[in-house]
Amino acid sequence: MGMTIAEKILAAHAGADTVTSGQYVWCKVDATSGHRLPELEEFGVDRVWDKDKVFMVDDHQAPPPTIAAANKVKELRRLIKKYDITNFFEYGRGGILHQVFAENGMYAPGELVAQCDSHSTAGGVFNACVTNANLDAVHVLAFGELWFRVPESVRVILNGTLPSWCVGKDVILKVASELGTDYGLYRSVEYTGPVASQMTMAQRWTVTNMGVEVGAKFAIFEGDDKTDAFLKDRVTRPYEHVTADPDASYVAEYEFDLSDLTPMVARPGDPGNGVPVESVKSERVKVDQAFLGSCTNARLEDLEVAARILKGRKVHPDVRMLVSPSSQEVFGEALKAGYLETLLDAGALVEHSTCGPCYGGHLGVLGDHETCISSSNRNFTGRMGSPLSHVWLSSPATVAASAIAGEIADPREYL
Amino acid sequence: METVKSGRIWKFGDHISTDFMMPGHRVLANPGISPEEAAKFCMEANRPGWAVSEVQAGDILVAGKNFGCGSSRNGSQSLKALGLSVVLAESVSRIHLRNAVNTGLPTLVAPGITAFVEEGQRIEVNIVTGTVENLDTGGMLQAEAWEEGTPPYELLMAGGLDAFMRAKLKERGLVSS
Ligand code: SF4
Repeated sequence: MGMTIAEKILAAHAGADTVTSGQYVWCKVDATSGHRLPELEEFGVDRVWDKDKVFMVDDHQAPPPTIAAANKVKELRRLIKKYDITNFFEYGRGGILHQVFAENGMYAPGELVAQCDSHSTAGGVFNACVTNANLDAVHVLAFGELWFRVPESVRVILNGTLPSWCVGKDVILKVASELGTDYGLYRSVEYTGPVASQMTMAQRWTVTNMGVEVGAKFAIFEGDDKTDAFLKDRVTRPYEHVTADPDASYVAEYEFDLSDLTPMVARPGDPGNGVPVESVKSERVKVDQAFLGSCTNARLEDLEVAARILKGRKVHPDVRMLVSPSSQEVFGEALKAGYLETLLDAGALVEHSTCGPCYGGHLGVLGDHETCISSSNRNFTGRMGSPLSHVWLSSPATVAASAIAGEIADPREYL
Repeated sequence: METVKSGRIWKFGDHISTDFMMPGHRVLANPGISPEEAAKFCMEANRPGWAVSEVQAGDILVAGKNFGCGSSRNGSQSLKALGLSVVLAESVSRIHLRNAVNTGLPTLVAPGITAFVEEGQRIEVNIVTGTVENLDTGGMLQAEAWEEGTPPYELLMAGGLDAFMRAKLKERGLVSS
C-alpha cells in the first residue's frame, strides 16, 4: 500500500521500507534546537551528536527584561561555546526561532526535525516533518535519535481561488472554525489543492505554523518551485521533494472551496472560534492594542500589506500598534523596502524581532480587560497577559485596518 | 513505578491548555522558578485557589477533550509537583502526552471518562492495563494503555526520561559512571 508524506519521511529515517500508522519507531533526526543543552550537561555528556545540526537563538525574553533572564541567556552562551554549536544567533542577528532557523537552512524537503517549541510544525512548510520535542530533545542532542508513533494522516484539500485580502491566516482560521481545533490531534495534516499551490510561502507558513493549534504532529505542504526559491542559497545539501503515493491512506479527507472566503477573525478563547470579520462589525469591538508580530504573521509580505493599508493614515488615538518582525533579517528587508517608515509615520511602535508580546512575556503585555487584535496564533485566556484580557486573532491586514478604526475592522474597506 | 493508583477526582473541561497549567506571565517570565513555586499558579485563571489550597497529594485529575493543548511548556511538571498521581482525559494533545511520559506522570487517554465520574468521587486506575474503577459507583471503564515494549511504556516504567537517559548513556559509553 502507498504511503503519505509523513509515512515516507518517517520510514526513511527509521531505516525501514514502509511504516504504518500506529507503529512506534526510533528515527534518526536531521536537526534539533539547543534548548536542552543544560540537561545534556547535567547528564554529564560532553559533546552533542552533531554540532552543525543544533540551532539556537534566545527569542522569548529577548533581550532580557530581568536579571534572572539575563543570567539564563548568559548561561546559554556558555553552553553554546562549550558544545561548539555552529548555528547560534545572537541578538541583532536572530529573531524568532522558527523564522531564523529556516532562514539559516535548518529545514529541507524530506527531512525530519524535532526541536523545542510547540510551533515547530511551522517547518512543515518546507515539505518536511518538523515537530516538537520538549524534554526529550536532550535525547536527540545526545544520540541524534528520537522515538515517534507514526501518526495517522489527514488530507485537507484547498480548492478554488483565494480572494484578494485573504491570506494564509484567513484560510487556517476558516478551516479550524469548521473542523475544530482537534482535527489534527496526533495526526499529520497534509495540505494540498489549487489554493495550496497559489499560496505564497509566507501564507503556507502561517497554515503550518498553526498546525499545533489544530493538534497536529506534522503540518505539511508539498514542495514546489516556491519552496526551492526560498531554500536557494540557504540549504546547500541535496534534497528531494516528497509526495504522497496516489494510493496512500488517509484517516480523513476534508475539502474546502475558498473562492468565497472573506477575512476572518477568531474570537477570544480558542483559535477555532473563527468567524467572518463582517459578522462582528455590528458589535463594534474596541481594541486597545493591535499586534503585528510573532512567528505566525510578521514576514515581509505581512509588513508590506500593513504598510499598504496604513500608508497616509494614522493609528487610532486610542490604540497602540506594536510591530515586531519575525526575524532581524525580515526587519532589515522591511526597513530597506520602506515599510517600517510607513508604519512609524502612521504612529506604530516598531520593536525588534521578539516573542515577547505574543506569549504575554514582555514588551507589550495586556492589562485587565484590555482587548488586542493580534496576527499571532493563540487567543487562549491570559495568553498575552492578564487573564481578564481578550485576544482576537486575524491576518495582518485585519490588524492594520483595526488599528486605524480603533475597533475590529474589515481590511476590504481600506483598499 | 507503582502500577495501581487510587484517589479523589478533580474534574476539568475540554481544551485545558498548558497556558492554564503554567501561565506565561507567572512562570515563563520568571526563569529559575522552582517546579513547586510554578505549580502554585496552575489553573489560576480557570480555577483560582485550586492549586494553593484544594488539590492534595494522591488526587487524580480528569479532563475532557484535547487536554494540554497549546504551548509546549511542560504542564505535567506542575501537575506532578501538585502531587497528582494520574491524569485521565477524553483526549490529550500530543505534546502534552509526550511531556507527561517524560515527566513520569501517568496520563491516560480514557474515552468516556467525563461521563463516568463526578468530581469528588474516588477511582482506582491500573496504569498498565488501563482499567479504571469508580470506587463510589462500582462502574468500570477501559482507558487506552501503553503497549508493553513501546518506547513510551519503557519511559514511563523507568520513571521518566531522566532514568531512561542515564541507563542509555551508560550503555552507549557516553558517560563514565
Ligand atoms: S512568536 Fe509566539 S508562538 Fe511564535 S515561538 Fe514566539 S511565543 Fe511562540
